[in-house]
Amino acid sequence: MMKYLYYPGCSLKGTGKAYEESLLAVFRALDVELREIEDWNCCGATAYMSVEESKSYALASRNLAIAERENLDVVAPCSACYLVLNKTQKSLQEHPDIRRHVTQALKAAGLDYKGTARVRHPLDVLINDVGLEEIARRIKSPLQGRKFAPYYGCQIVRPYASFDDQYNPETMDKIIKAAGAECVPYPLKTHCCGGSLTGTLPEIGLRLAYIIIKEAKKRGAEAIVTLCPLCQFNLDGYQGQIAGKYERVDLPVLYFTQVLGLAMGLPAGELGLQRGIISAAAVLAGR
Amino acid sequence: MTDIKERRNDTDGLPRIGFYICHCGTNIAGMIDVAEVREYVAALPGVAVSRDYKYMCSDPGQELIGADIKEHKLERLVVAACSPNLHEETFRKAAARAGLNPFYFQMVNIREHVSWVHEDKISATEKAKDLARAAVYRVRFHKPLDKQSVPVDPNVLVVGGGIAGIHAALTLANAGKKVTLVEREATIGGHMAMFDKTFPTLDCAACILTPKMSAVKSHPNITLWTYSEVAKVDGYVGNYKVTVKRKPRYVKEDLCVGCMECIEACVFKEPKFADWFNQGLGKRKPVYIDFPQATPKVVLIDPETCIQFKTGKCKKSCAEVCDRKAFDFNQKEEFKDIRVGAIILATGFKVYDAKRDPHYGYGRYPGVYTALEIERLVNASGPTSGEVVLRDGRRPRAVGIIHCVGSRDEKTNKWCSRVCCMYSLKLAHLIKEHSGAEVYNFYIDVRAPGKAYEEFYDKLLSEGVHFIRGRVAEVTDWNMTPEEEGRLVLRVEDTLAGFVRRIPVDMVVLATGLEPRADAQEVRRLFNIGCGNEGFFQERHPKLAPVNTFTDGIFIAGACQAPKDIPDTVAQAGAAAAEALALIDAGHVELEPNTAHVVEEECCGCKSCVPLCPYSAITFDEAKKKAVINEVLCKGCGVCVAACPSGSIRQNLFEDAEIFSEIEGVLAK
Repeated sequence: MMKYLYYPGCSLKGTGKAYEESLLAVFRALDVELREIEDWNCCGATAYMSVEESKSYALASRNLAIAERENLDVVAPCSACYLVLNKTQKSLQEHPDIRRHVTQALKAAGLDYKGTARVRHPLDVLINDVGLEEIARRIKSPLQGRKFAPYYGCQIVRPYASFDDQYNPETMDKIIKAAGAECVPYPLKTHCCGGSLTGTLPEIGLRLAYIIIKEAKKRGAEAIVTLCPLCQFNLDGYQGQIAGKYERVDLPVLYFTQVLGLAMGLPAGELGLQRGIISAAAVLAGR
Repeated sequence: MTDIKERRNDTDGLPRIGFYICHCGTNIAGMIDVAEVREYVAALPGVAVSRDYKYMCSDPGQELIGADIKEHKLERLVVAACSPNLHEETFRKAAARAGLNPFYFQMVNIREHVSWVHEDKISATEKAKDLARAAVYRVRFHKPLDKQSVPVDPNVLVVGGGIAGIHAALTLANAGKKVTLVEREATIGGHMAMFDKTFPTLDCAACILTPKMSAVKSHPNITLWTYSEVAKVDGYVGNYKVTVKRKPRYVKEDLCVGCMECIEACVFKEPKFADWFNQGLGKRKPVYIDFPQATPKVVLIDPETCIQFKTGKCKKSCAEVCDRKAFDFNQKEEFKDIRVGAIILATGFKVYDAKRDPHYGYGRYPGVYTALEIERLVNASGPTSGEVVLRDGRRPRAVGIIHCVGSRDEKTNKWCSRVCCMYSLKLAHLIKEHSGAEVYNFYIDVRAPGKAYEEFYDKLLSEGVHFIRGRVAEVTDWNMTPEEEGRLVLRVEDTLAGFVRRIPVDMVVLATGLEPRADAQEVRRLFNIGCGNEGFFQERHPKLAPVNTFTDGIFIAGACQAPKDIPDTVAQAGAAAAEALALIDAGHVELEPNTAHVVEEECCGCKSCVPLCPYSAITFDEAKKKAVINEVLCKGCGVCVAACPSGSIRQNLFEDAEIFSEIEGVLAK
């Protein structure tokens, strides 16, 4: 049985609860063990990184140091966590001075950081470890005729693109197709969802989110499929404000794990499908 | 000559050494106390004369050495000056003129190795003394050597039939030399044959190229082998043996007259297969000719698409209609050996694969083209007879040309491809002329450094072509306004205006850069030359030996060396031809004597050395059971000398006594 350490980060325990539920359900059904890292803390994303880099690195590397105790890859489903943890590994490797600073801080907490843990995205694990063939074998009720817009957001391809193409990623497309559904041609795969601007500069943030959803709908998608809790939150949660400012779109925004779980025949309730602000009922119709 | 200081010693029976240290103006004397070195060396055993002089390489400097050799009966010579690459030959000749064997000489590089790279005068002077002492110790053991002279085969091979190869071949042939021109494709002409007009004069590419192509074909001194590749190269400067593979066309070249009736008669009524020459924008039949002026004008069959080759059941109407009986479906590839004295490589470039920049949508949006595709579209003999239309037949209202695709990009190729700015200007002019469309150029900065190039740029500015300074972020089809609906949108930061723009167009042209050929590494190994980091063939010196390579007798010309335009390519091809002429007209070449030889009685015949030789200079004499080194092929790398388990391989100028004594010298105090 394949085993991984699971780093949830704050989102998967909060706004991205549906992501956690569906991820864990799908991995369980695929016989892949995800064991939550004990006593994990904030990944160091958000304002930390721009205010004080070394504190952010110390936060991130505390998680990594705990993970290193076991010789397992770390799965980080949230794009922000995935990026910050990888950025930390890379920076500490490239800058010995920062590394000294950080390891000293960790020593004070009784931790030893070696930089050996591999931080991976669940998409990477599904495509490269589990494999599309195995996934196809587990599909029980394919999503025939369904059309989705695959939306990746920025953080899993920028600045590092370790398992997919930077400009035109395709790993999630492959999962959607394995689930029996179609991907609409979608050039906005890695465009900005608005990020934190939806809160700070709504006139810009909302416009960015609007472009993503209206274009998906225009191209015939029944839902946007994403892999990032912040993207999902922006695209799903602000559709009311977008309707007020631009037009009503009403497009559900799902996690790829929810789509895959549905196709694998897992019950909608276990996949958190009831949690979206825009109802996924249309996608579920007939199931 | 008041600035000449000297001391004389009795040399106690050792060979009498003359030592000379050069000031090189202040290049050396500014960092090294030359008088101190001169005094120091004068006291070393065997040194009969020790002098310093402002410029040893000057005529008075050389005369000084010559006079001393005679007057002081010098038997060895050491000069401490610059790199032997610059003046070793100068001092060898000075010695020879005075009757001393030129190899009784050792040069010490105290400029590049000492004065230019150190900042402390005292330690620099000490280092110069150490190096001078090493040379003094070594030179005692030098032996008199002779350069070997070998005759040069006067014939030349030119590889690649683009404008570079064509020009080099014609230059040599006009000088009376026999040239074999080998071209991989079925016709010569290269990329230039695909172009419509050439910048900045806008003269028609075909009009200036095709006369040269037919001159190649009809020249009595040129053997033209198209659809052929070099398979093997043996030998050395002046005496290369080359094996050429001639691929089957399934049509006898000497019988076909290019009437093309066979193409008409082919069982495929309509052309069906993507045609390489038109970048896939046009179609051809399985029996075809690349373009009407193809040289030689001989058809060929593509066995991948021909029904006869695929099923064996075609009625072969092509062969039936041929009254010359030129068809031969059983033709096989042939290997031909030729002997040449010099080789010119003019293998050209590869166009950057635009799919490597997926954000520009090439291959995804039908409205996105490469510049070479547009060259075919604007060409009167191209697939649309020169009409600028989209793949669906519509005429574009607006066209965007994106510069630097696959050039000046950290993520792909860092170099500037040198021709793209100019050809983009040319295409902007031609597209506007042919279609009346609005044309936008998206550039980093316009590079127009050539005769009449900047003026051409000015002309374009006045023609109303738009120039937007900024690297395009993406070509996309999502839109925000009715004006953008159904069109391609270029998103770009206009760095002059200072804001992000969206420009809707119908056609996008990617100004793709120039890359080394995909097989440049294999070709480099075949001809035993080098490639630079980016993969283009490496010239011997970027400024002073731009068409020579590190292998004597092999020259390079055109875009295989680096991206360049037609004028530069032709100039370089002429230079390569001139270098080849200089080599063969000398009639013979002198080979450096720093070669290795086997001491036969000590060789145990283990063959360890044979596979190690990078130049294939070692063979094994089965009768004597001894290794034999062909000193003409040997480049003096020393690999075999170091590897020989019995120590039976010796190398001139690098004998044990010379090397050990030099080490002893550098370490002695």
